[in-house]
Amino acid sequence: MEDLVEIRWHGRGGQGTKTAATFLAETAIAHGKHGQGFPEYGPERMGAPMRGYTRISDSPINIHCAIDDPDIVVVLDDTLLTSENVTEGLKENGRLLVNTTVSPGEIREKIKLKSGKVFTVDATQISMDEIGRAMPNTPMIGALVKASPLLELEVILQDIKKKFSKKFNDKVITGNLKSIERAYQEVKEG
Amino acid sequence: MTQTLALTGNEAGAAAMRQINPDVVAAYPITPQTELMHAFSKFVADGKVKTELILVESEHSAMSACIGSASAGARTMTATSANGLALMWEVVYIAASLRIPMVMPVVNRALSGPINIHCDHSDTMGCRDSGWLQLFSENSQEAYDNVIQAMRIAEHKDVLLPVMVTWDGFIISHTTERVEILDDGTVKKFIGEYTPERPLLDTDNPVTIGPLDLSDYFFEHKRQQVDGVNNAYQVIKDIGKEYGKLSGRSYGLVEEYQTDDAEMIAVALGSTAGTIKAVVDRLRREGMKVGLLKIRSFRPFPFADVASILRKAKAIAVFDRSIAYGSMGGPLFGEIRSALYGEKEQPPALNYVYGLGGRDINTAQIEGVYQDLEKAIKTNKYQTIKYLGVRE
Repeated sequence: MEDLVEIRWHGRGGQGTKTAATFLAETAIAHGKHGQGFPEYGPERMGAPMRGYTRISDSPINIHCAIDDPDIVVVLDDTLLTSENVTEGLKENGRLLVNTTVSPGEIREKIKLKSGKVFTVDATQISMDEIGRAMPNTPMIGALVKASPLLELEVILQDIKKKFSKKFNDKVITGNLKSIERAYQEVKEG
Repeated sequence: MTQTLALTGNEAGAAAMRQINPDVVAAYPITPQTELMHAFSKFVADGKVKTELILVESEHSAMSACIGSASAGARTMTATSANGLALMWEVVYIAASLRIPMVMPVVNRALSGPINIHCDHSDTMGCRDSGWLQLFSENSQEAYDNVIQAMRIAEHKDVLLPVMVTWDGFIISHTTERVEILDDGTVKKFIGEYTPERPLLDTDNPVTIGPLDLSDYFFEHKRQQVDGVNNAYQVIKDIGKEYGKLSGRSYGLVEEYQTDDAEMIAVALGSTAGTIKAVVDRLRREGMKVGLLKIRSFRPFPFADVASILRKAKAIAVFDRSIAYGSMGGPLFGEIRSALYGEKEQPPALNYVYGLGGRDINTAQIEGVYQDLEKAIKTNKYQTIKYLGVRE
């Protein structure tokens, strides 16, 4: 399991943290990889801090516990940066991706993070523009595959299209696809 | 054709139930089993199965309805968790005593109180002596594979007993992972047509089921039950091998992982066995001779196999995800020590009670356990029972 990538998602109830964590695992599996996606179940309330987990590997994944030392941390809500230790256990060369209006440098300063790579994107604004409501999870998947080459952008877009076409109309699908593409383009590294 | 899908443990279990296509399912919802029955009831509503789904008012009724339908000669299933199983308990015991072949997934959850919805094994351990067979699943794939095999095991003429198939609540039941689903036709053929031994509805050959059985014959019937459970040992092996031929995944009553030359062996049930495998891989790279013995069949408990594997070790760690109050360690520990009694070599056996109420167990804690074993070998001093990951 040398190639195992572990991702921890931090969000608030209602932001689609579980959906994003699971979607990424499903997409990896659909493309021949091994994957695991699960949330941390607690009292489920809108707005309460919650975590999601994704594991992706080319070989079978035996491990079944929470992710304590992630390779990647994704934060869907930047108000969590001060209330939670989101980078706890993040590997030295790990990557932190935050949905925020500020730059990677400002995030580093705020949480005093010296190592690894930091990425930021305004996924909330993107989702407001493209989907019409604050749903940062979909664009964050676009930003994530730019920040870390886990899966091809094209693969993500195809999968979203396939999954959403069962439930949503064309407008919603197009909005979601656009939001992913935009986040992929707009994510900043620092 | 085999399909590779992303499924949760509960979805994998429901997929197996769809392919089994039982005649009758009677169930009542309880977290974390609920999604299993959601998925299955959707198959019923969509006409994917011909099952008569009975939505009852309690688990006690669910098991009672299942006993009725199975006695009539129908292939029958249900599923539950924790307090649902506890409420069923009276009838759970009766199902085994009446030699009712039936399969019941139990999504392991802590038995209240205090109330908790997360995983431990206290629910199924509570009926370890009920006469049911118990198969534990490490992951979603095994949940699927075990449910399919369980139907064959339950209906085997040498067994004729109900089977619980367990998987860890949330850790497996709600985790999406890769699962290979066999072709519908393959499963149908593997399961075969069900010919009940003595169905109540066969009015030409009337039988009485569940009459008063006093001191003149009760004991003989209990003794026969012992044979039924013991016969399951060979049946589980044979069916596990046969299943391996069509799926590429063979099953026994235990699974050995790196035990051949292992000096330190951990013993575990369920999803923790998977996490231990990851630790074994890591420690092996550092040159430590560590291994894992996974118990798949807790009932019947494969004493002879366990003894022959463990007696070669220098120290053993037994992981128990439940407590047996006032006893010598957890339920699994008791079985393991008992299996080794009478062996010439009796390596030190340490018990770790862990993960109650869904408390996470991580790789660092498991590494710590192997370090404890190393110390026990060197010094021959150790603490027999430890509570791993508890604040005290």
